[in-house]
Amino acid sequence: MRLINRHPGPAGRAALVALPFVLVGLAYAAASAARLAENPQDRILPSFATLGSTAWRLLTEEDRRSGEILFWGDTVSSLSLLGAGVGIAALIGLCLGLAIGLVPVVRTGLQGFVAVLSMIPPLAMLPILFITLGVGDTAKIALIAIGITPFLIRDLSARTLELPQEQLVKAQTLGASTLAIAVSVALPQIMPRLISAVRLSLGPAWLFLIAAEAVASEAGLGYRIFLVRRFLAMDVILTYVAWITVLAFLIDWGLARLSRWAYPWAEARG
Amino acid sequence: MSLVEVTDIFQSYGARSILERVNLSVGEGEFVSIVGASGCGKSTFLRLLLDQERPTRGQITVDGAPLKGEPDRTRGIVFQRYSVFPHLTVQDNIVAAEGLSQPLGGLFGSVKRAARARADAVLERIGLAHVAGQYPAALSGGMQQRLAIAQALAAKPRILLLDEPFGALDPGTREQMHRFLQDLRGETKMTVFMVTHDLPEAFKLGDRVIVFDKTRWDPHDPAAFGATITYDFDARNGGIPYQLKEDQDGFPDPAPQSVA
Repeated sequence: MRLINRHPGPAGRAALVALPFVLVGLAYAAASAARLAENPQDRILPSFATLGSTAWRLLTEEDRRSGEILFWGDTVSSLSLLGAGVGIAALIGLCLGLAIGLVPVVRTGLQGFVAVLSMIPPLAMLPILFITLGVGDTAKIALIAIGITPFLIRDLSARTLELPQEQLVKAQTLGASTLAIAVSVALPQIMPRLISAVRLSLGPAWLFLIAAEAVASEAGLGYRIFLVRRFLAMDVILTYVAWITVLAFLIDWGLARLSRWAYPWAEARG
Repeated sequence: MSLVEVTDIFQSYGARSILERVNLSVGEGEFVSIVGASGCGKSTFLRLLLDQERPTRGQITVDGAPLKGEPDRTRGIVFQRYSVFPHLTVQDNIVAAEGLSQPLGGLFGSVKRAARARADAVLERIGLAHVAGQYPAALSGGMQQRLAIAQALAAKPRILLLDEPFGALDPGTREQMHRFLQDLRGETKMTVFMVTHDLPEAFKLGDRVIVFDKTRWDPHDPAAFGATITYDFDARNGGIPYQLKEDQDGFPDPAPQSVA
């Protein structure tokens, strides 16, 4: 049988899904054991036992100076910045995407401008943001928003343009104004696209957040990682990286569920 | 008194001429079938009637007034595909015929409940009541087109434009749709223009069948000349052409026969 026609069964599927994770885990465990056998004080590849106890300490123990658990404080700080940045970007992307996709005058005026804007490397803007907005939260939210808004605008305007012309004509024959078409025909059909575009831009959003936190911050997941780097605390760094991965995965999964729940027709169409 | 008056319409896209010197006068309540080879400008003509496009020359008037430059509620349309809104349930697709003319394109509260009750009555009549809560993607092609026609009619247009509405349906479903359309037409007496590839369908449903074709043909430049109306048949009595009636002056007309 040809390889392209072979499909794994339920058991085979579970095994294949788990395989790369297990392989990476085994490779790490072997490398860690080898280094620790040579030097028990080695900090570069801590054992799983050390990682576990570090994680437990981070999650439960209060900071001696502030009396708060830094881990959760960092999480709340990072997530609120990420949420604000992505939220602002999604709102701007949705409004401008719809306007560019539906209204020829807006499209002619803004399409080229947005195409040029999206070529500016957002991280190169970071110093400008720190100078103009200060080193507080505003600059970080602005960096995330500036970083992903052009992509969202371009993606959503393209999706709006893809709406069949027949539907827009039909809506007009039913007496719909431009606003009515935007709100009742285009917007609901663009919403699932917005969610998938946001899912795609979460990767860059995390990148901008961690970069901004690394440069200037007093809390946050990225700030902590770059702080403990000075002490070579790989156990803390790995715990934080794993936690960021879990958070990113959960957000992505939650958005996918939200899309399927709120827009069931979008699944049926595909 | 004619409702739709088409005077010397020319339409070309750049150097490509599509329609030339099209004249047509259609009375209120007539059913006009439009046939012709692929690419002869049937759909272009329908888009001109819809006011989705403007002709390069000539004028179309409805009730004596020239078209305004964009589609509106006086002319309903059913396309071959994409005619219903995929994000609305079957019921809400009918409600949209009332709701979309509101400022935000929707109805709210008790007005919406009343509109939904009216929509249910419509769905009951067209045999779609059992799928009222489903999305169009879950419906068969015939059901989607039935919904699209009902949606267009719910806005009570004076003129209904059909662009190959049954082109994608199987023969059995087509038959059902013909009966459905004839029933609806018997009730509303509206003016209908239908583009179709299917000659028997054109003669069966239409009062009049008009044929688009090119009268001039340049073998070195096929796009040089556009099409115009070459035949205009009276289809009321089983499709006896005007020409035949005139030619056989003095002879009795052949007995009316039903093609149905």
